[in-house]
Amino acid sequence: MKQIIAVLTVIAALVVVWYAACIPMNIKGVLTEQERAGAEVQPPSAKDRRDLSEIGLALNNSFAIPATWEQDRPRLPAPHQVAIELWETTVQKKITSKRSLIYHGWVTLSATMLGFAIGTGLGILLAVGIVHSRVMDLSVMPWAIVSQTIPIIALAPMIIVVLYSVGIQGIIPKAIISAYLSFFPVVVGMVKGLRSPDAMQLDLLRTYNASRSQGFWKLRLPASMPYLFTSLKIGVAASLVGAIVGELPTGAVAGLGARLLAGSYYGQTVQIWSALFAAAILAACLVGLLGLIERAVLKRMGMAQ
Amino acid sequence: MNEAGTTVIEARNLDLTFQTNDGPIHALKDVNLAINKGDFVSFIGPSGCGKTTFLRCIAALETPTGGALTVNGMTPDEARRSRAYGYVFQAAGLYPWRTIAKNIKLPLEIMGYSSAEQDERVNKVLELVDLAGFGGKFPWQLSGGMQQRASIARALAFDADILLMDEPFGALDEIVRDHLNEQLLALWARTEKTIGFVTHSIPEAVYLSTKIVVMSPRPGRITDVIDSPLPKERPLDIRDTPEFIEVAHRVREGLRAGHGDDV
Repeated sequence: MKQIIAVLTVIAALVVVWYAACIPMNIKGVLTEQERAGAEVQPPSAKDRRDLSEIGLALNNSFAIPATWEQDRPRLPAPHQVAIELWETTVQKKITSKRSLIYHGWVTLSATMLGFAIGTGLGILLAVGIVHSRVMDLSVMPWAIVSQTIPIIALAPMIIVVLYSVGIQGIIPKAIISAYLSFFPVVVGMVKGLRSPDAMQLDLLRTYNASRSQGFWKLRLPASMPYLFTSLKIGVAASLVGAIVGELPTGAVAGLGARLLAGSYYGQTVQIWSALFAAAILAACLVGLLGLIERAVLKRMGMAQ
Repeated sequence: MNEAGTTVIEARNLDLTFQTNDGPIHALKDVNLAINKGDFVSFIGPSGCGKTTFLRCIAALETPTGGALTVNGMTPDEARRSRAYGYVFQAAGLYPWRTIAKNIKLPLEIMGYSSAEQDERVNKVLELVDLAGFGGKFPWQLSGGMQQRASIARALAFDADILLMDEPFGALDEIVRDHLNEQLLALWARTEKTIGFVTHSIPEAVYLSTKIVVMSPRPGRITDVIDSPLPKERPLDIRDTPEFIEVAHRVREGLRAGHGDDV
Protein backbone atom coordinates (compact mmCIF):
# COMPACT_ATOMS: atom_id res chain seq x y z
CA MET A 1 0.00 0.00 0.00
CA LYS A 2 2.79 2.39 0.95
CA GLN A 3 4.51 1.52 -2.32
CA ILE A 4 1.40 2.26 -4.36
CA ILE A 5 1.08 5.69 -2.75
CA ALA A 6 4.75 6.39 -3.42
CA VAL A 7 4.41 5.33 -7.06
CA LEU A 8 1.26 7.41 -7.54
CA THR A 9 2.98 10.43 -5.96
CA VAL A 10 5.86 10.17 -8.41
CA ILE A 11 3.46 9.83 -11.36
CA ALA A 12 1.40 12.78 -10.14
CA ALA A 13 4.55 14.89 -9.83
CA LEU A 14 5.56 13.99 -13.39
CA VAL A 15 2.11 14.92 -14.70
CA VAL A 16 2.25 18.26 -12.89
CA VAL A 17 5.68 19.00 -14.38
CA TRP A 18 4.33 18.01 -17.79
CA TYR A 19 1.31 20.35 -17.57
CA ALA A 20 3.58 23.14 -16.33
CA ALA A 21 5.96 22.56 -19.24
CA CYS A 22 3.07 22.87 -21.72
CA ILE A 23 2.59 26.53 -20.75
CA PRO A 24 5.93 27.99 -21.95
CA MET A 25 6.14 25.47 -24.81
CA ASN A 26 2.78 26.40 -26.31
CA ILE A 27 2.20 29.99 -25.16
CA LYS A 28 3.48 31.73 -28.31
CA GLY A 29 1.29 29.66 -30.62
CA VAL A 30 -1.70 30.18 -28.36
CA LEU A 31 -1.19 33.95 -28.23
CA THR A 32 -1.01 34.11 -32.04
CA GLU A 33 -4.31 32.22 -32.26
CA GLN A 34 -5.88 34.45 -29.58
CA GLU A 35 -4.71 37.58 -31.35
CA ARG A 36 -6.32 36.38 -34.59
CA ALA A 37 -9.50 35.65 -32.67
CA GLY A 38 -9.54 39.26 -31.50
CA ALA A 39 -8.38 38.93 -27.90
CA GLU A 40 -6.17 41.59 -26.33
CA VAL A 41 -2.70 40.22 -26.10
CA GLN A 42 0.34 41.83 -24.42
CA PRO A 43 2.37 42.86 -26.36
CA PRO A 44 -0.06 42.96 -29.27
CA SER A 45 2.15 42.09 -32.27
CA ALA A 46 3.77 38.69 -32.94
CA LYS A 47 6.94 40.48 -33.97
CA ASP A 48 7.32 42.01 -30.50
CA ARG A 49 6.51 38.74 -28.79
CA ARG A 50 9.13 36.81 -30.72
CA ASP A 51 12.10 37.71 -28.57
CA LEU A 52 10.32 37.77 -25.19
CA SER A 53 10.67 34.90 -22.76
CA GLU A 54 7.83 32.37 -22.77
CA ILE A 55 7.40 32.47 -19.03
CA GLY A 56 7.07 36.26 -19.04
CA LEU A 57 4.47 36.08 -21.81
CA ALA A 58 2.48 33.49 -19.89
CA LEU A 59 2.49 35.71 -16.79
CA ASN A 60 1.38 38.78 -18.76
CA ASN A 61 -1.38 36.87 -20.55
CA SER A 62 -2.55 34.51 -17.85
CA PHE A 63 -6.03 34.32 -19.45
CA ALA A 64 -4.44 32.28 -22.26
CA ILE A 65 -2.90 29.63 -20.04
CA PRO A 66 -5.79 27.12 -20.16
CA ALA A 67 -5.65 27.27 -23.95
CA THR A 68 -2.04 25.96 -23.90
CA TRP A 69 -3.50 22.60 -22.86
CA GLU A 70 -6.14 22.52 -25.58
CA GLN A 71 -4.37 23.35 -28.84
CA ASP A 72 -4.98 21.29 -31.97
CA ARG A 73 -1.33 21.11 -32.90
CA PRO A 74 0.64 22.02 -29.79
CA ARG A 75 4.38 21.89 -29.64
CA LEU A 76 3.96 19.82 -26.48
CA PRO A 77 0.57 18.16 -26.08
CA ALA A 78 -0.86 17.97 -22.58
CA PRO A 79 -1.17 14.55 -20.87
CA HIS A 80 -4.95 14.37 -21.25
CA GLN A 81 -4.68 15.11 -24.98
CA VAL A 82 -2.32 12.17 -25.42
CA ALA A 83 -4.52 9.99 -23.23
CA ILE A 84 -7.64 10.87 -25.26
CA GLU A 85 -5.82 10.23 -28.53
CA LEU A 86 -4.61 6.86 -27.20
CA TRP A 87 -8.13 5.97 -26.11
CA GLU A 88 -9.68 7.02 -29.41
CA THR A 89 -7.15 5.23 -31.57
CA THR A 90 -7.19 1.97 -29.63
CA VAL A 91 -10.55 1.31 -28.02
CA GLN A 92 -12.80 3.42 -30.24
CA LYS A 93 -11.34 2.44 -33.62
CA LYS A 94 -11.87 -0.85 -35.36
CA ILE A 95 -8.57 -2.69 -35.36
CA THR A 96 -8.74 -2.96 -39.15
CA SER A 97 -8.71 0.85 -39.44
CA LYS A 98 -5.52 2.48 -40.69
CA ARG A 99 -5.84 4.91 -37.80
CA SER A 100 -6.01 2.24 -35.12
CA LEU A 101 -2.90 2.10 -32.93
CA ILE A 102 -3.68 -1.55 -32.26
CA TYR A 103 -3.35 -2.22 -35.99
CA HIS A 104 -0.06 -0.30 -36.17
CA GLY A 105 1.12 -1.83 -32.90
CA TRP A 106 0.47 -5.30 -34.28
CA VAL A 107 2.46 -4.56 -37.45
CA THR A 108 5.42 -3.50 -35.31
CA LEU A 109 4.91 -6.29 -32.79
CA SER A 110 4.95 -9.01 -35.43
CA ALA A 111 8.28 -7.71 -36.80
CA THR A 112 9.54 -7.40 -33.21
CA MET A 113 8.64 -10.98 -32.34
CA LEU A 114 10.17 -12.41 -35.51
CA GLY A 115 13.32 -10.33 -34.98
CA PHE A 116 13.46 -11.28 -31.32
CA ALA A 117 13.18 -14.97 -32.21
CA ILE A 118 15.94 -14.68 -34.83
CA GLY A 119 18.14 -12.60 -32.51
CA THR A 120 17.66 -14.90 -29.53
CA GLY A 121 18.33 -18.03 -31.59
CA LEU A 122 21.41 -16.49 -33.16
CA GLY A 123 22.59 -15.16 -29.80
CA ILE A 124 22.29 -18.53 -28.09
CA LEU A 125 24.04 -20.32 -30.98
CA LEU A 126 26.89 -17.81 -30.97
CA ALA A 127 27.22 -18.07 -27.18
CA VAL A 128 27.39 -21.87 -27.35
CA GLY A 129 30.07 -21.58 -30.03
CA ILE A 130 32.02 -18.99 -28.07
CA VAL A 131 31.98 -21.08 -24.90
CA HIS A 132 33.02 -24.28 -26.65
CA SER A 133 35.53 -23.00 -29.17
CA ARG A 134 38.51 -20.84 -28.37
CA VAL A 135 38.72 -19.76 -32.01
CA MET A 136 35.15 -18.49 -31.92
CA ASP A 137 35.76 -16.81 -28.58
CA LEU A 138 38.64 -14.84 -30.08
CA SER A 139 37.05 -14.13 -33.45
CA VAL A 140 33.32 -13.64 -32.87
CA MET A 141 33.18 -11.68 -29.65
CA PRO A 142 35.09 -8.59 -30.91
CA TRP A 143 32.85 -8.42 -33.98
CA ALA A 144 29.73 -8.74 -31.88
CA ILE A 145 30.90 -5.77 -29.82
CA VAL A 146 31.86 -3.74 -32.90
CA SER A 147 28.46 -4.47 -34.45
CA GLN A 148 26.78 -2.62 -31.60
CA THR A 149 28.91 0.50 -31.98
CA ILE A 150 27.49 1.21 -35.46
CA PRO A 151 24.45 3.49 -35.15
CA ILE A 152 21.47 1.40 -36.20
CA ILE A 153 19.83 4.46 -37.74
CA ALA A 154 22.72 4.58 -40.25
CA LEU A 155 22.70 0.86 -40.90
CA ALA A 156 18.96 0.31 -41.20
CA PRO A 157 18.47 1.97 -44.63
CA MET A 158 21.39 -0.04 -46.05
CA ILE A 159 19.96 -3.31 -44.78
CA ILE A 160 16.59 -2.45 -46.29
CA VAL A 161 18.08 -1.39 -49.64
CA VAL A 162 20.34 -4.43 -49.91
CA LEU A 163 17.54 -6.84 -49.02
CA TYR A 164 15.15 -5.07 -51.41
CA SER A 165 17.63 -5.50 -54.24
CA VAL A 166 17.56 -9.26 -53.73
CA GLY A 167 13.78 -9.20 -53.63
CA ILE A 168 13.20 -9.36 -49.87
CA GLN A 169 10.78 -6.83 -48.43
CA GLY A 170 7.96 -6.55 -45.95
CA ILE A 171 8.41 -7.92 -42.48
CA ILE A 172 11.81 -9.61 -43.02
CA PRO A 173 14.05 -6.51 -43.27
CA LYS A 174 12.46 -5.03 -40.16
CA ALA A 175 12.89 -8.31 -38.33
CA ILE A 176 16.55 -8.46 -39.34
CA ILE A 177 17.21 -4.95 -38.01
CA SER A 178 15.38 -5.93 -34.85
CA ALA A 179 17.43 -9.13 -34.57
CA TYR A 180 20.61 -7.13 -35.12
CA LEU A 181 19.89 -5.18 -31.93
CA SER A 182 18.60 -8.06 -29.83
CA PHE A 183 21.21 -10.77 -30.43
CA PHE A 184 23.93 -8.91 -28.58
CA PRO A 185 22.54 -8.89 -25.01
CA VAL A 186 21.65 -12.54 -25.49
CA VAL A 187 25.21 -13.42 -26.56
CA VAL A 188 26.76 -11.55 -23.65
CA GLY A 189 24.33 -12.92 -21.04
CA MET A 190 24.41 -16.45 -22.39
CA VAL A 191 28.23 -16.58 -22.54
CA LYS A 192 28.34 -15.46 -18.92
CA GLY A 193 25.63 -17.95 -17.99
CA LEU A 194 27.21 -20.91 -19.77
CA ARG A 195 30.49 -20.09 -18.06
CA SER A 196 28.89 -19.65 -14.63
CA PRO A 197 29.51 -23.22 -13.34
CA ASP A 198 32.64 -23.09 -11.18
CA ALA A 199 35.73 -25.27 -11.42
CA MET A 200 34.40 -27.67 -8.82
CA GLN A 201 31.22 -28.33 -10.81
CA LEU A 202 33.29 -29.02 -13.92
CA ASP A 203 35.68 -31.26 -11.97
CA LEU A 204 32.71 -33.21 -10.65
CA LEU A 205 31.54 -33.97 -14.19
CA ARG A 206 35.10 -34.95 -15.08
CA THR A 207 35.13 -37.51 -12.28
CA TYR A 208 32.02 -39.03 -13.90
CA ASN A 209 33.84 -39.06 -17.24
CA ALA A 210 30.94 -37.04 -18.66
CA SER A 211 31.10 -36.05 -22.32
CA ARG A 212 31.09 -32.41 -23.41
CA SER A 213 27.52 -32.58 -24.59
CA GLN A 214 26.41 -34.09 -21.27
CA GLY A 215 28.20 -31.26 -19.51
CA PHE A 216 26.35 -28.80 -21.72
CA TRP A 217 22.85 -30.22 -21.30
CA LYS A 218 23.08 -31.19 -17.65
CA LEU A 219 25.18 -28.38 -16.22
CA ARG A 220 25.93 -25.39 -18.44
CA LEU A 221 22.50 -24.90 -20.00
CA PRO A 222 20.40 -25.12 -16.82
CA ALA A 223 22.95 -22.96 -14.97
CA SER A 224 22.61 -20.28 -17.66
CA MET A 225 18.82 -19.91 -17.39
CA PRO A 226 18.72 -16.95 -14.94
CA TYR A 227 21.28 -15.13 -17.11
CA LEU A 228 19.31 -15.92 -20.26
CA PHE A 229 16.11 -14.39 -18.94
CA THR A 230 17.87 -11.21 -17.85
CA SER A 231 19.29 -10.89 -21.37
CA LEU A 232 15.96 -11.68 -23.00
CA LYS A 233 14.32 -8.79 -21.17
CA ILE A 234 16.94 -6.38 -22.50
CA GLY A 235 16.80 -8.08 -25.90
CA VAL A 236 13.05 -7.79 -26.38
CA ALA A 237 13.12 -4.06 -25.64
CA ALA A 238 15.98 -3.66 -28.12
CA SER A 239 13.98 -5.70 -30.65
CA LEU A 240 11.09 -3.27 -30.44
CA VAL A 241 13.42 -0.31 -30.95
CA GLY A 242 14.91 -2.13 -33.96
CA ALA A 243 11.51 -2.78 -35.51
CA ILE A 244 10.48 0.86 -35.11
CA VAL A 245 13.78 2.11 -36.52
CA GLY A 246 13.28 -0.33 -39.41
CA GLU A 247 9.99 1.37 -40.25
CA LEU A 248 11.45 4.88 -40.43
CA PRO A 249 13.63 4.91 -43.55
CA THR A 250 11.26 2.98 -45.82
CA GLY A 251 8.44 5.44 -45.47
CA ALA A 252 6.45 2.46 -44.28
CA VAL A 253 2.69 2.99 -44.28
CA ALA A 254 2.02 0.85 -41.22
CA GLY A 255 3.61 0.34 -37.83
CA LEU A 256 4.37 2.52 -34.83
CA GLY A 257 7.44 3.86 -36.65
CA ALA A 258 5.25 4.90 -39.57
CA ARG A 259 2.90 6.66 -37.14
CA LEU A 260 5.85 8.56 -35.66
CA LEU A 261 7.06 9.54 -39.12
CA ALA A 262 3.62 10.59 -40.41
CA GLY A 263 3.02 12.57 -37.25
CA SER A 264 6.24 14.50 -37.72
CA TYR A 265 5.52 15.15 -41.44
CA TYR A 266 2.16 16.70 -40.66
CA GLY A 267 3.03 18.34 -37.33
CA GLN A 268 0.64 16.02 -35.50
CA THR A 269 2.42 16.09 -32.17
CA VAL A 270 -0.46 14.41 -30.36
CA GLN A 271 -0.15 11.51 -32.79
CA ILE A 272 3.63 11.31 -32.25
CA TRP A 273 3.27 11.27 -28.50
CA SER A 274 0.53 8.68 -28.52
CA ALA A 275 2.63 6.46 -30.81
CA LEU A 276 5.56 6.91 -28.40
CA PHE A 277 3.41 5.92 -25.47
CA ALA A 278 2.00 2.97 -27.38
CA ALA A 279 5.58 1.80 -28.03
CA ALA A 280 6.50 2.26 -24.37
CA ILE A 281 3.42 0.38 -23.17
CA LEU A 282 4.11 -2.39 -25.67
CA ALA A 283 7.71 -2.68 -24.45
CA ALA A 284 6.58 -2.74 -20.83
CA CYS A 285 4.10 -5.51 -21.62
CA LEU A 286 6.74 -7.57 -23.44
CA VAL A 287 9.27 -7.21 -20.61
CA GLY A 288 6.55 -7.94 -18.05
CA LEU A 289 5.48 -11.06 -19.96
CA LEU A 290 9.08 -12.29 -20.03
CA GLY A 291 9.29 -11.63 -16.31
CA LEU A 292 6.26 -13.85 -15.75
CA ILE A 293 7.72 -16.62 -17.93
CA GLU A 294 11.02 -16.29 -16.05
CA ARG A 295 9.26 -16.68 -12.71
CA ALA A 296 7.33 -19.71 -13.92
CA VAL A 297 10.35 -21.42 -15.48
CA LEU A 298 12.71 -20.82 -12.57
CA LYS A 299 10.05 -21.92 -10.13
CA ARG A 300 9.51 -25.10 -12.09
CA MET A 301 13.26 -25.67 -12.10
CA GLY A 302 13.33 -25.16 -8.33
CA MET A 303 15.66 -22.17 -8.61
CA ALA A 304 13.21 -19.57 -7.32
CA GLN A 305 12.88 -19.92 -3.60
CA MET B 1 39.62 -59.37 -5.37
CA ASN B 2 37.93 -59.00 -2.02
CA GLU B 3 40.82 -60.12 0.15
CA ALA B 4 42.22 -57.46 2.41
CA GLY B 5 45.73 -56.34 1.70
CA THR B 6 45.37 -55.89 -2.05
CA THR B 7 46.97 -52.62 -3.07
CA VAL B 8 44.47 -50.42 -4.89
CA ILE B 9 46.36 -47.14 -5.00
CA GLU B 10 50.11 -47.00 -5.27
CA ALA B 11 52.37 -43.96 -5.65
CA ARG B 12 56.09 -44.27 -6.31
CA ASN B 13 58.42 -41.26 -6.28
CA LEU B 14 55.50 -39.08 -7.29
CA ASP B 15 56.41 -35.52 -8.22
CA LEU B 16 54.23 -32.60 -9.26
CA THR B 17 55.47 -29.12 -10.11
CA PHE B 18 53.04 -26.38 -11.07
CA GLN B 19 54.37 -23.73 -13.44
CA THR B 20 53.00 -20.41 -12.25
CA ASN B 21 53.76 -16.79 -13.07
CA ASP B 22 55.75 -16.58 -9.84
CA GLY B 23 57.92 -19.50 -10.92
CA PRO B 24 57.55 -23.22 -10.36
CA ILE B 25 55.78 -24.51 -7.26
CA HIS B 26 56.81 -27.92 -6.02
CA ALA B 27 53.44 -29.23 -4.89
CA LEU B 28 54.45 -32.87 -4.39
CA LYS B 29 57.92 -34.26 -3.94
CA ASP B 30 58.94 -37.88 -3.87
CA VAL B 31 55.64 -39.22 -2.55
CA ASN B 32 55.61 -42.96 -1.88
CA LEU B 33 52.44 -44.56 -0.60
CA ALA B 34 50.44 -47.76 -0.91
CA ILE B 35 46.77 -47.84 -0.03
CA ASN B 36 45.19 -51.23 0.47
CA LYS B 37 41.70 -52.32 -0.29
CA GLY B 38 39.32 -51.37 2.51
CA ASP B 39 41.70 -48.84 4.05
CA PHE B 40 40.45 -45.58 5.45
CA VAL B 41 43.35 -43.25 4.75
CA SER B 42 43.45 -39.69 6.02
CA PHE B 43 45.78 -37.06 4.61
CA ILE B 44 46.56 -34.39 7.15
CA GLY B 45 48.81 -31.37 7.05
CA PRO B 46 48.80 -27.58 6.90
CA SER B 47 47.56 -25.79 3.79
CA GLY B 48 49.94 -26.03 0.88
CA CYS B 49 51.23 -29.47 1.89
CA GLY B 50 49.79 -31.08 -1.24
CA LYS B 51 47.18 -33.27 0.43
CA THR B 52 44.40 -32.12 -1.85
CA THR B 53 46.74 -32.14 -4.83
CA PHE B 54 47.63 -35.77 -4.12
CA LEU B 55 43.93 -36.67 -3.93
CA ARG B 56 43.35 -34.85 -7.20
CA CYS B 57 46.23 -36.80 -8.78
CA ILE B 58 44.53 -40.04 -7.77
CA ALA B 59 41.33 -38.72 -9.36
CA ALA B 60 43.21 -37.70 -12.53
CA LEU B 61 42.16 -34.10 -11.99
CA GLU B 62 45.86 -33.21 -11.88
CA THR B 63 48.67 -34.85 -13.80
CA PRO B 64 51.89 -35.66 -11.93
CA THR B 65 55.09 -34.46 -13.55
CA GLY B 66 57.18 -37.38 -12.36
CA GLY B 67 57.03 -40.82 -10.76
CA ALA B 68 54.34 -43.46 -11.09
CA LEU B 69 50.79 -43.64 -9.79
CA THR B 70 48.40 -46.52 -10.26
CA VAL B 71 44.76 -46.83 -9.28
CA ASN B 72 43.30 -50.36 -9.43
CA GLY B 73 46.40 -51.28 -11.43
CA MET B 74 45.60 -48.68 -14.10
CA THR B 75 46.78 -45.15 -14.73
CA PRO B 76 44.62 -42.61 -12.86
CA ASP B 77 43.08 -41.42 -16.12
CA GLU B 78 42.10 -44.96 -17.13
CA ALA B 79 40.67 -45.41 -13.65
CA ARG B 80 38.70 -42.18 -14.03
CA ARG B 81 37.32 -43.30 -17.37
CA SER B 82 36.31 -46.65 -15.88
CA ARG B 83 34.60 -44.72 -13.08
CA ALA B 84 36.69 -46.31 -10.37
CA TYR B 85 36.07 -43.68 -7.72
CA GLY B 86 33.49 -41.31 -6.32
CA TYR B 87 34.71 -37.86 -5.36
CA VAL B 88 33.27 -35.67 -2.61
CA PHE B 89 34.30 -32.03 -2.75
CA GLN B 90 34.66 -29.49 0.01
CA ALA B 91 31.31 -27.95 -0.91
CA ALA B 92 28.31 -30.13 -1.62
CA GLY B 93 27.98 -28.68 -5.13
CA LEU B 94 24.43 -29.91 -5.61
CA TYR B 95 22.63 -28.51 -8.64
CA PRO B 96 20.06 -26.01 -7.34
CA TRP B 97 17.66 -26.89 -10.18
CA ARG B 98 17.58 -30.57 -9.28
CA THR B 99 15.91 -32.22 -6.32
CA ILE B 100 18.09 -34.31 -4.01
CA ALA B 101 17.00 -37.50 -5.78
CA LYS B 102 17.68 -35.96 -9.19
CA ASN B 103 21.09 -34.75 -7.99
CA ILE B 104 21.98 -38.28 -6.98
CA LYS B 105 20.76 -39.49 -10.35
CA LEU B 106 23.15 -37.13 -12.14
CA PRO B 107 26.09 -39.58 -12.32
CA LEU B 108 23.68 -42.44 -13.03
CA GLU B 109 22.17 -40.56 -15.98
CA ILE B 110 25.63 -39.77 -17.30
CA MET B 111 26.71 -43.40 -16.95
CA GLY B 112 23.56 -44.63 -18.68
CA TYR B 113 21.78 -46.58 -15.96
CA SER B 114 18.16 -47.55 -16.70
CA SER B 115 15.61 -45.38 -14.95
CA ALA B 116 14.31 -48.27 -12.83
CA GLU B 117 17.85 -48.94 -11.66
CA GLN B 118 18.37 -45.23 -11.01
CA ASP B 119 15.35 -45.10 -8.69
CA GLU B 120 16.46 -48.21 -6.87
CA ARG B 121 19.97 -46.89 -6.31
CA VAL B 122 18.77 -43.47 -5.21
CA ASN B 123 16.59 -45.06 -2.54
CA LYS B 124 19.45 -47.27 -1.42
CA VAL B 125 22.02 -44.50 -1.01
CA LEU B 126 19.55 -42.06 0.51
CA GLU B 127 18.98 -44.63 3.22
CA LEU B 128 22.73 -45.18 3.54
CA VAL B 129 23.31 -41.50 4.37
CA ASP B 130 20.18 -41.27 6.50
CA LEU B 131 18.27 -39.00 4.11
CA ALA B 132 15.39 -41.32 3.25
CA GLY B 133 12.31 -39.22 2.51
CA PHE B 134 14.28 -36.14 1.45
CA GLY B 135 14.61 -37.14 -2.22
CA GLY B 136 11.94 -34.70 -3.35
CA LYS B 137 13.45 -31.67 -1.60
CA PHE B 138 15.54 -29.06 -3.32
CA PRO B 139 19.06 -28.43 -1.99
CA TRP B 140 18.21 -25.03 -0.49
CA GLN B 141 15.59 -26.72 1.67
CA LEU B 142 18.32 -28.77 3.43
CA SER B 143 20.89 -27.80 6.05
CA GLY B 144 24.58 -27.70 5.16
CA GLY B 145 25.23 -31.06 6.82
CA MET B 146 22.34 -32.69 4.98
CA GLN B 147 23.55 -31.24 1.69
CA GLN B 148 26.99 -32.71 2.28
CA ARG B 149 25.42 -36.09 3.07
CA ALA B 150 23.49 -35.86 -0.18
CA SER B 151 26.73 -35.20 -2.03
CA ILE B 152 28.25 -38.30 -0.39
CA ALA B 153 25.18 -40.26 -1.50
CA ARG B 154 25.79 -38.97 -5.02
CA ALA B 155 29.37 -40.29 -4.90
CA LEU B 156 28.14 -43.65 -3.61
CA ALA B 157 25.35 -44.06 -6.15
CA PHE B 158 27.48 -45.83 -8.74
CA ASP B 159 29.64 -48.83 -8.00
CA ALA B 160 32.99 -47.22 -7.37
CA ASP B 161 35.16 -49.09 -4.86
CA ILE B 162 37.11 -45.99 -3.97
CA LEU B 163 35.69 -42.91 -2.27
CA LEU B 164 37.87 -39.79 -2.36
CA MET B 165 36.84 -37.03 0.01
CA ASP B 166 38.42 -33.58 0.02
CA GLU B 167 37.71 -31.93 3.39
CA PRO B 168 34.04 -32.82 3.05
CA PHE B 169 33.13 -31.59 6.53
CA GLY B 170 35.49 -28.62 6.61
CA ALA B 171 32.73 -26.03 6.37
CA LEU B 172 30.48 -27.60 9.02
CA ASP B 173 30.32 -26.92 12.75
CA GLU B 174 31.82 -29.39 15.21
CA ILE B 175 28.61 -30.98 16.44
CA VAL B 176 27.43 -31.73 12.91
CA ARG B 177 30.92 -32.88 12.03
CA ASP B 178 31.06 -35.39 14.91
CA HIS B 179 27.72 -36.77 13.85
CA LEU B 180 28.77 -37.08 10.22
CA ASN B 181 32.07 -38.71 11.22
CA GLU B 182 30.16 -41.39 13.11
CA GLN B 183 27.88 -41.93 10.16
CA LEU B 184 30.80 -42.07 7.76
CA LEU B 185 32.44 -44.83 9.80
CA ALA B 186 29.19 -46.80 9.82
CA LEU B 187 28.86 -46.30 6.10
CA TRP B 188 32.46 -47.40 5.51
CA ALA B 189 31.85 -50.55 7.59
CA ARG B 190 28.75 -51.38 5.56
CA THR B 191 30.12 -50.68 2.11
CA GLU B 192 33.75 -51.83 2.59
CA LYS B 193 34.98 -49.08 0.29
CA THR B 194 38.51 -47.78 0.22
CA ILE B 195 38.42 -44.18 1.40
CA GLY B 196 40.91 -41.38 0.89
CA PHE B 197 40.06 -38.48 3.19
CA VAL B 198 41.70 -35.06 3.28
CA THR B 199 41.37 -33.10 6.50
CA HIS B 200 43.24 -30.65 8.67
CA SER B 201 41.62 -31.76 11.90
CA ILE B 202 43.77 -34.11 13.99
CA PRO B 203 40.89 -35.64 16.01
CA GLU B 204 38.93 -36.24 12.81
CA ALA B 205 41.88 -37.96 11.13
CA VAL B 206 42.65 -40.17 14.15
CA TYR B 207 39.02 -41.02 14.80
CA LEU B 208 38.28 -42.09 11.24
CA SER B 209 41.41 -43.63 9.82
CA THR B 210 43.14 -46.96 9.67
CA LYS B 211 46.10 -45.15 8.18
CA ILE B 212 47.09 -41.52 8.73
CA VAL B 213 49.38 -39.82 6.24
CA VAL B 214 51.05 -36.74 7.71
CA MET B 215 52.23 -34.26 5.13
CA SER B 216 54.21 -31.03 5.20
CA PRO B 217 54.55 -28.11 2.80
CA ARG B 218 57.25 -26.53 0.62
CA PRO B 219 57.73 -28.91 -1.06
CA GLY B 220 54.64 -31.04 -0.34
CA ARG B 221 55.83 -34.38 0.97
CA ILE B 222 54.91 -37.21 3.32
CA THR B 223 56.63 -36.96 6.69
CA ASP B 224 54.95 -39.84 8.51
CA VAL B 225 52.57 -42.72 7.84
CA ILE B 226 50.82 -44.01 10.94
CA ASP B 227 48.93 -47.31 10.97
CA SER B 228 46.26 -46.81 13.58
CA PRO B 229 46.15 -49.37 16.42
CA LEU B 230 42.52 -48.46 17.15
CA PRO B 231 39.87 -51.17 16.64
CA LYS B 232 37.45 -50.98 13.72
CA GLU B 233 34.52 -50.41 16.06
CA ARG B 234 34.82 -46.81 17.21
CA PRO B 235 32.25 -45.15 19.43
CA LEU B 236 32.74 -41.38 19.75
CA ASP B 237 34.17 -41.72 23.29
CA ILE B 238 37.12 -43.69 21.95
CA ARG B 239 38.61 -40.22 21.65
CA ASP B 240 39.21 -40.22 25.41
CA THR B 241 41.23 -43.47 25.47
CA PRO B 242 45.03 -43.44 25.92
CA GLU B 243 45.53 -45.16 22.53
CA PHE B 244 43.65 -42.40 20.75
CA ILE B 245 45.55 -39.67 22.59
CA GLU B 246 48.84 -41.38 21.78
CA VAL B 247 48.07 -41.54 18.05
CA ALA B 248 46.91 -37.92 18.10
CA HIS B 249 50.14 -36.99 19.83
CA ARG B 250 52.20 -38.74 17.16
CA VAL B 251 50.28 -36.93 14.40
CA ARG B 252 50.91 -33.62 16.12
CA GLU B 253 54.62 -34.41 16.46
CA GLY B 254 54.73 -35.30 12.76
CA LEU B 255 53.07 -32.03 11.80
CA ARG B 256 55.45 -30.06 14.00
CA ALA B 257 58.53 -31.84 12.61
CA GLY B 258 57.35 -31.23 9.06
CA HIS B 259 56.92 -27.56 9.73
CA GLY B 260 60.58 -27.24 10.75
CA ASP B 261 61.53 -23.67 11.54
CA ASP B 262 58.74 -22.24 9.41
CA VAL B 263 56.52 -21.72 12.42
